[in-house]
Amino acid sequence: MIEDTGIVVAFWVLAVVTVGAAGMVILARNLIHAVLFLVLSFVGIAGLYITLSADFVAVVQVLIYAGAISVLMLFAIMLTPLADRGNTGGVFQAPAIVLAALMAGTIAFVALDTDWNNVTRAAPSDTPAIIGEALLDPFVLPFEIASVLLVAAMIGAILLVREE
Amino acid sequence: MYLVLAKRNAVAILMGIELMLNAVNLTLVTFSRFIDISDPQRQLDGHVFAVFVITVAAAEAAVALALAVAVYRHRETIDVNRINLLKW
Repeated sequence: MIEDTGIVVAFWVLAVVTVGAAGMVILARNLIHAVLFLVLSFVGIAGLYITLSADFVAVVQVLIYAGAISVLMLFAIMLTPLADRGNTGGVFQAPAIVLAALMAGTIAFVALDTDWNNVTRAAPSDTPAIIGEALLDPFVLPFEIASVLLVAAMIGAILLVREE
Repeated sequence: MYLVLAKRNAVAILMGIELMLNAVNLTLVTFSRFIDISDPQRQLDGHVFAVFVITVAAAEAAVALALAVAVYRHRETIDVNRINLLKW
């Protein structure tokens, strides 16, 4: 399935869209445009999940990232109206470029140096069912901790922005 | 990564963090596709882990954006170069 031409074309298109949108998040002059490019990047990653036949994670990605987190970011920008709307850089630009280039080089080297074995088994069909069972059987404790963490984060966020 | 280290607006830094978390999620799901486990119940552990990462990222984004708004209320800015209360 992974060798289908359609899948390959879809992968490259989605990869270019995702990486290009991520680059535009850096380059966009207006912060709101940067958020919109971030949404495009998130949707591209959701498409990449679909090419990996991870449909449940793709749906979660669209719902949480492209839906919730981007709206949250737009709210944060709107709620700080007097702050600088520009997307300018700070004092650490040059060292940050060097560090990011080093990191990208290392990852690219490892990726090219690794001897990738091709996928032999078939893609899993009903991922939501398997993920649901995994969440409630071997991963119950992390699952419950995640729910407690979400409640704590929600209460914390409400407390932080509450008017005195 | 460049975005996180070099931007001045706190919200832009958060966008960089989200992008990095997305990259990690993508590698997790990809490796869960590549790895060779016969038990079908364990083949999707990478997906489960990615879902956990998304959960924690959502919590982190909520708290961090609330912090940005709270800091803005006090200081009228979210420029990280000018938030230097801890500096003496």
